[in-house]
This record gives sequence, structure tokens and C-alpha cells, in this order.
Amino acid sequence: MSDHEYTPKSKVGKWFNDRLPILTLANHLTDYPTPKNLNYWWTFGGILTFCLITQIITGLTLAMHYIAHADMAFESVEKIMRDVNYGWLIRYIHANGASMFFLAVYIHIFRSLFYGSYKSPREIIWIIGIIIYLLMMASAFMGYVLPWGQMSFWGATVITNLFSAIPLVGEGIVTWLWGGYSVDNPTLTRFFTLHYLIPFLILGLVVLHIWALHVPGNNNPVGIDIKKPSKDTVPFHPYIVIKDAFALLMFMIVFAFFVFYAPNILGHADNYIEANPMVTPAHIVPEWYLLPFYAILRSIPDKLLGVLAMLFAIIILALLPWLDTSKIRSAVFRPLYKQFYWILLADVLILGYVGAMPAEGLYLLIARIATFYYFLHFLVILPVLGFKEKTLPIPLSITDPVLGGSPNLAIAKNRDSFDN
Amino acid sequence: MIISLKHIIKLIVILTLVNFINHIVNAAEKVELLKTDWTFKGLFGKFDRGSLQRGYQVYSQVCSSCHSMKYLSYRNLTEKGGPEFTEEQAKAIAASYEVKDGPNADGEMFVRPGKLSDKFVQPYDNVKAAQAANGGAYPPDMSVLIKARSGGANYIYSLLQGYEDPPAEVTLDEGVYYNKYMYGNKIKMASPLSEGIVTYSDGTEATVEQMSKDITTFLMWTAEPHLESRHKMGFKAIIYLIILTILVYFSMKKIWSRIESEV
Repeated sequence: MSDHEYTPKSKVGKWFNDRLPILTLANHLTDYPTPKNLNYWWTFGGILTFCLITQIITGLTLAMHYIAHADMAFESVEKIMRDVNYGWLIRYIHANGASMFFLAVYIHIFRSLFYGSYKSPREIIWIIGIIIYLLMMASAFMGYVLPWGQMSFWGATVITNLFSAIPLVGEGIVTWLWGGYSVDNPTLTRFFTLHYLIPFLILGLVVLHIWALHVPGNNNPVGIDIKKPSKDTVPFHPYIVIKDAFALLMFMIVFAFFVFYAPNILGHADNYIEANPMVTPAHIVPEWYLLPFYAILRSIPDKLLGVLAMLFAIIILALLPWLDTSKIRSAVFRPLYKQFYWILLADVLILGYVGAMPAEGLYLLIARIATFYYFLHFLVILPVLGFKEKTLPIPLSITDPVLGGSPNLAIAKNRDSFDN
Repeated sequence: MIISLKHIIKLIVILTLVNFINHIVNAAEKVELLKTDWTFKGLFGKFDRGSLQRGYQVYSQVCSSCHSMKYLSYRNLTEKGGPEFTEEQAKAIAASYEVKDGPNADGEMFVRPGKLSDKFVQPYDNVKAAQAANGGAYPPDMSVLIKARSGGANYIYSLLQGYEDPPAEVTLDEGVYYNKYMYGNKIKMASPLSEGIVTYSDGTEATVEQMSKDITTFLMWTAEPHLESRHKMGFKAIIYLIILTILVYFSMKKIWSRIESEV
């Protein structure tokens, strides 16, 4: 944070700012010293904010036309698609926006994993981030139920039924969640209410996420602490703003491609069949962004243990700052960790893939191995690696190696390219 | 930047690998669908107006005796980006159906000729009636049928041409037919199309292939009535975004040139 006191130039501004220091806040946000070596993986924070705002605006518009009733929901969605002016556009932006949101959040999370952004002193930012991610999954799941198609209905049935695995009270909890003895109209109306509420909770948490970020400041690709402000930093505006804008625009091109040319490719065809409690689809699959966890759930033969494993797979992320024992943040200086990082990424992609396939034969075997490895990575490899790994020397500052202060970074970079 | 580029390459390698496994595993079980040159695909994809009108003819003369189309109204037939019948034609089409309306001032239901604002008249009063008339199988509503089947247009196009005699080891119950593209190969709908079942008013020869193509095009439109304006707007939006991206890129270069930064 910048140390200098800010005073507005105009008298009115000063009067106002003394009472509500919103101009000080604006000044802090524009001057906020940011490491100048941030690469494009750091632009996804801004992109995610854009995604959230887009979802809220399109969602509000859809809610004006949508009818949360088991007999009318499907029809009202079709009405939006056909008769509401540009309803098709709003709905396709919202539906694909959810996928784009998750695409961005996964990149954001994996950037953190690579550069050790979750480590001290940024644990709270990380944990808030994981809570946001959990809420995103809840909101996306409930949003998928709203069109009341076959996948909506059966997805809701499968996921809510997970709670029945809880001993003794499980069945009771499920009935309570449903508001009846099966997924039906009461379930739909409450899901709609919660789907409407959660994004605003996320918005609040995003404010905390950014607030917590602005205390220690950004991590950076080199992963070292830097003096702020210094030669190593640039003010957020205009340097980071313009870079984020550029990245956001490229992201929007991909987004637009999906919305205009492949709006249904990420969805499931069965969701264009109206919900029918008497007919079960051949394969019930969640949206792509939940598939890795779905694979973990199904890979465990016992229902309760499966549910616990799935929950633990997410909770384990929140414990990451303490599971990763290495003091070095950036994978650039951790040759072994870097290898394991890519294996983990491959592991998660494989989990996602088998999650979409029927849980049988070879798929089940692969899912089990991948699930085992997922936990192995966090519970064994990471803690041990921190003690055993021989890390590369880290530079003293971002600018030093360039200005000839320390050759370490240059060496590290060279070695980096030989290693791979 | 050096680092990130390398990562992208690795990511691509991983994705390709996953995709490759996917391909091998799936190759064995999938039946290759028939394909044809759909005019509505691609950046500038548009419907073939003639095909849509013929498709409507197939729908109204063949499909509609069993399949409803409850989200469409007769007015849709005149709308831009659809079959674009003239208003007179659409009115005549609507008027050829009997619509149950009411209650009138005496509290009686009555039957009147259809209007543009009416929804497509449904062949059965309810799902049970439809099932009873079709050996227990409900002929699905066709409004969004294309989007409700994986494989989409190609699947429907193939299904209509996929009827053949069952292999020797397959025995079929009464009222069940063999179709090589159907999930499980057994279908309760008898082959709906046969050479010349429709006499096209524009003189096109009504082969099974031609009719399959026309009805599929029509069903694509009923599922995505705004497809043409979507494609048109999409092209403009993406061009706009690309130009803006280029402008912002150069602004970024200019702004960042103020500081020496090559880390």
C-alpha cells in the first residue's frame, strides 16, 4: 500500500472525503503498486470480476421473464428464447457465461498453484477464494436446475441425494432440502431463491478477497517479496488496467464465439427435454466444471465415503498453505514441484474426462487411480517436497538481475529451459 | 512470457493426449451419422428458405399427425429468418386448422378456424391420449427436438433414413422397428417417409433423402428461430472485439514503453 496521505485537490472533494473517504479509496486503487513482472496469467482476476458482473446483469434480466414453477419453468425458458426481445442472447450469455466463469476460475486457481500465491502472507486471500469457488459451484448447480429439463431434474435428484449418505439424519435432511418426498416444485422455487442470492454473497466475498489482496499486495512470477512502491512496481492505473483490458478482450472473443456460434456445445442435449420424473436419462452427468469431483465421488464404492472424499477434495485446497511446506513460492525455482504440478493438472483433466464417462470397467479403474493420486499429491508429495527438494537460488528483486545486481535469475531461467 | 508460452504448449500436449484417448475409446461404439451440406452451419449460416417451406409441408402432412409442436405459433411462419411465408399464406395455413376456444358468453366451448396468434394445433389432447394411440410410446414434441438429441441435425437426418431390416439375431415385437441410428436400435415409430409421400408444391422431387433434409432444416429452425440473427450479430460482435483488441494492444505497448520492463 502506498504510504503517502492523499488529500483531494478541490475544497468540495476534501469536505466530502473527510466524511466518507471514498476518494482516498479511489486513489488507493489507481495508485496501488503492482509488481511489474506480472504475466498474463495474472489477468484472470479482472476477467473473473467481469464474469461475475455479466452473470448478475444477465441473470437479473432473465429473472424478469423466468417463471419458477415446475409446470411453467421449461415453457418460460422457451418463451425467453423465442418471444422476448434478444432473450436468446441474454440466455446464451448467461448459460455460457457460467462455463466461462469456471474456465477463468480454474486458470486463476492453477496460476495460484504454480506461483505459490496461497503461501504466507496470503492465506486468507486464498481461503476466501476457495469459499467463493464453493459458492460458485453451488450457484451454478442450482442455476442448471432452473430450466427444468431432464438433466436439471435428475442432476438435482442425484446431488441432493448425496446428503442421504449422512448416518441417521440423512434421509430427513434430504426431505427437508427437497421440501417434499422428491425433487418437485418446492425444490425448484428454493433453488431459484438461492441461485438469486448466492451471486451477491460472492460479490461481497470478492470485495474481501481484493481487500485482503491489497494488504500484502500481489504475488508475482518470481514469487519474492518486493518493496512497494519501488522500481519493481508500477501503479495499477494505467499499466495493469490496460493489460487487464487487453486480456479481457481476448477472453471476450472466445466467449462471443461460444455464445454466437456454439451456444449449446457445453450443455447436455437432454436438458432440452422437459423434466419427467418417470423417465431416467441413460447417463446422468453434471456440467463439465463439476466433473472431476463427480469422478472422485463415483470412484469410491461406499456412498458416505464417496461423499466425504468429494468434499475433502475441495476442503484440502483450503489447507494448501499449510500442506505445502516449501518456503519458496514460485515453481520457477522449484524444479521438482514443477513436474508434480503438471502431473496434478493432467490428473485433474483425466478425472474430468472419466467423470463424463459411465462409471464402469476401465473408466472406473482410471478414476480410482486418479483419485488416489489427487490426494497423494496434496497429502504426501507436497509436504515431503518442501523438505526434500533442492530449490534454485532466488533473485533479490525483480529488477536486480536485469540491472546487473544478481545473476541468479538469469541462471535460474536458463536452467529452467534445460530442464524441460 | 517465456514461461507462459512453454506452459501453453504443455497444456496443449496434455489436452491432445486426453482427446486422443477419448477418440480411441469412443471409436468402437459410435455409429457414424450421415452428413449433408447444411446451409445453416458456419459463420454466415442461413436457412434455405425453399427447404424450410418444404420442410413445413413435410411436417404438416406427415409428422404433425403424431408429433406436437407446442412452442410455435402460426405467426412464426411469417417471421424473418424463418420459412417467411407471406401473411396471406400463413393465415390460410392457420385457418385450415380447427381451434378449440372459449368459453363464450354462454359458457360454451366452441370450435373456430385458426388465427396467426394461435399455437400449432396439437394432434392429441394430452400425453396419455398420445401414448394410447401409439402403442405406449409418446411421440416427442418437435419444437426443440434437434437440440434435445445429441448429434443434432445430423442425427435426425440419419434417423429418418436409418430404417432397415433387422439383423438375423434381432427379434422385434409387434409395432417395433429397426433403425441403425436409434439408441438401442429399436424404435416405435414406423419409417415415416417414403418416396413421394408428399407432393412438393414447388415441384422438387420428394425423395426420402430430400424430405429428410427439408424436415431437418425445418426442425432446426423451430429449435433455433433466431439462428440467422445470431450468426449475423455474432460476426459483427467478433469483428468489433478483434478491432478493439488490436487498438488496446497498441495502447498497451505505448503505455508500457514508458518503463523498461523485460523480465
